[in-house]
Amino acid sequence: MTTLDSARAIREEVISGRVSAVEICRAALDRVESANPRLNAFNTIARDRAVASAEAIDRRRAAGETMGPLAGVPVALKDNLCARGLRTTASSKVLDTFVPPYDATVVQRLEAAGAVIIGKTNCDEFAMGSSNENSAYGPARNPWDTTRTPGGSSGGSAAAVAARLVPLALGSDTGGSIRQPAALCGIVGLKPTYGRVSRYGLLAFASSLDQIGPMTTSAADAALALSVFAGADTADATAAPEPVPDFSAALTGSVDDVRIGVPREFVASGVDADVLAAFDAALEGLQKAGATLVDIALPHAKHAIPAYYLVCTAEASSNLARYDGVRYGHRARGDAESSITTMYSRTRDEGFGAEVKRRIMLGTYVLSAGYYDAFYLKAQQVRTLLRRDYDSAFGRVDVVAMPTTPTPAFRIGEKVNDPLQMYLEDIFTVSANLAGLPAISVPCGMTPARLPVGLQLTGRMFDEATLLRVADAYERVTDWSRQVPGVTSVNP
Amino acid sequence: MNRSCRGTILPVPLTIEEVERIAALAHLELTDDEKQLFARQLADILTYAEQIQRLDTSGVPATAHVHPGLRVERDDVIKPSLPIEEALANAPDPAPDAGLFKVPRVIGG
Repeated sequence: MTTLDSARAIREEVISGRVSAVEICRAALDRVESANPRLNAFNTIARDRAVASAEAIDRRRAAGETMGPLAGVPVALKDNLCARGLRTTASSKVLDTFVPPYDATVVQRLEAAGAVIIGKTNCDEFAMGSSNENSAYGPARNPWDTTRTPGGSSGGSAAAVAARLVPLALGSDTGGSIRQPAALCGIVGLKPTYGRVSRYGLLAFASSLDQIGPMTTSAADAALALSVFAGADTADATAAPEPVPDFSAALTGSVDDVRIGVPREFVASGVDADVLAAFDAALEGLQKAGATLVDIALPHAKHAIPAYYLVCTAEASSNLARYDGVRYGHRARGDAESSITTMYSRTRDEGFGAEVKRRIMLGTYVLSAGYYDAFYLKAQQVRTLLRRDYDSAFGRVDVVAMPTTPTPAFRIGEKVNDPLQMYLEDIFTVSANLAGLPAISVPCGMTPARLPVGLQLTGRMFDEATLLRVADAYERVTDWSRQVPGVTSVNP
Repeated sequence: MNRSCRGTILPVPLTIEEVERIAALAHLELTDDEKQLFARQLADILTYAEQIQRLDTSGVPATAHVHPGLRVERDDVIKPSLPIEEALANAPDPAPDAGLFKVPRVIGG
């Protein structure tokens, strides 16, 4: 039986005919069903749909038709991505029974490339959170230690890939929601440049920050997946017309010409000692591999968290106005005397969880009369200052390196009652979203307690190729990406 | 930290009336417990966020979107849209024969 940890290997097996897409699909489904009671990584498992889709791939092969670049590859979708006919909840009670009548552009492109959708993964409600604890369906759990969070908001996607249930999962990243769980679960997670991937069919959280990206066990699989679903889309005016390179061709293994900027002062404070040690070792490894390290400064990075939480909540308060109990989703029961405004307010109180309400309240507050200039406008100006910091850095270096997170995976329940502490978890990830830049997290170490640590690399606008090249080169000189948690050691 | 020294604009914690005003704008009917909790938590978060007010941003343009130059246009041609029955399929109270969403009374509420 083939392994389920490499999209490229599965594609080769299926194309060569050594294994059928249906066999791969059933193996993935069996693993998902066996691991899910422990990990709670999936909200919905789409067995029948997946098997039918795999059968179609096998028929195509039998008929001698061209096979796509992801032929037979099992894929999990974060539950805020719409797939036609497949329940999509955003882990919210307000969408508990929602069945989208259309496919997200990324879903349409994945399926056209031969990918087989296995199910929908758990996440923080509407992607708002850093621990997956804000899910209406309970937290997903970290396969390295199930008393700990997998991170969030794409926690179920990260747990599923880390536990080798599927080789590829999609996440969305508004302030670190792909990279942070990837780091805490020991996998690769890429947030593309804003505009690189169409957001059509992604349930919107903060429209100027949201991006969809791949979560995989290797940079090479991330490159393959991104090449499939990136690029312009008539259904999303913010999907940029930039040509999409063959990202796989960029993976030369060489970093001889790469200058890596390290914002020492920013990274120095508030970072766990084990994380910092792994980060320093990773930089040393990249230097040995041929890269040049350069000290840089990002003077406004320390203001990124407040700027981010003002901008994203403002946008969320507007985007989530659509959940009003009229066109789809939950509606509060009323009596004959209830007015429409009472119905709206009750529906939203019943349907949304605490963090979503908190963010809608915060966003409404910062957009309201008297506070707009002091908070929202000021945050947008900080956004400009942050972009200038990066512009200046990229005059001297090709990528910027930071730890992805300040700590390894924390315990479920540890931070959930202190929203501000939870927000500080995003200190190293939010600035890429505010500046619109691509960033990747790649495994770079283990703490003594066997918890993964992630290295984050941020690149120039639309230069995912360099990020993937450096991450891939790093994987070739270390084996952190090949560490597998013990929780699902049962072979299919 | 002595907040009055730097001209804070926030009441700490937020008053319940303030929370109720924001909740009404956001169409959220909060419980009394939620109002108490949010009065404290929103004030904590906003107090933390006030650090950006110490930055000199005079003359700095706002970034609302990182690709402001992007202009996407197409010919104004009608394309197929979602069939009415599919658009109504997720509605809590559809009127399929009329092709409409039903809502509680709008006037006099």
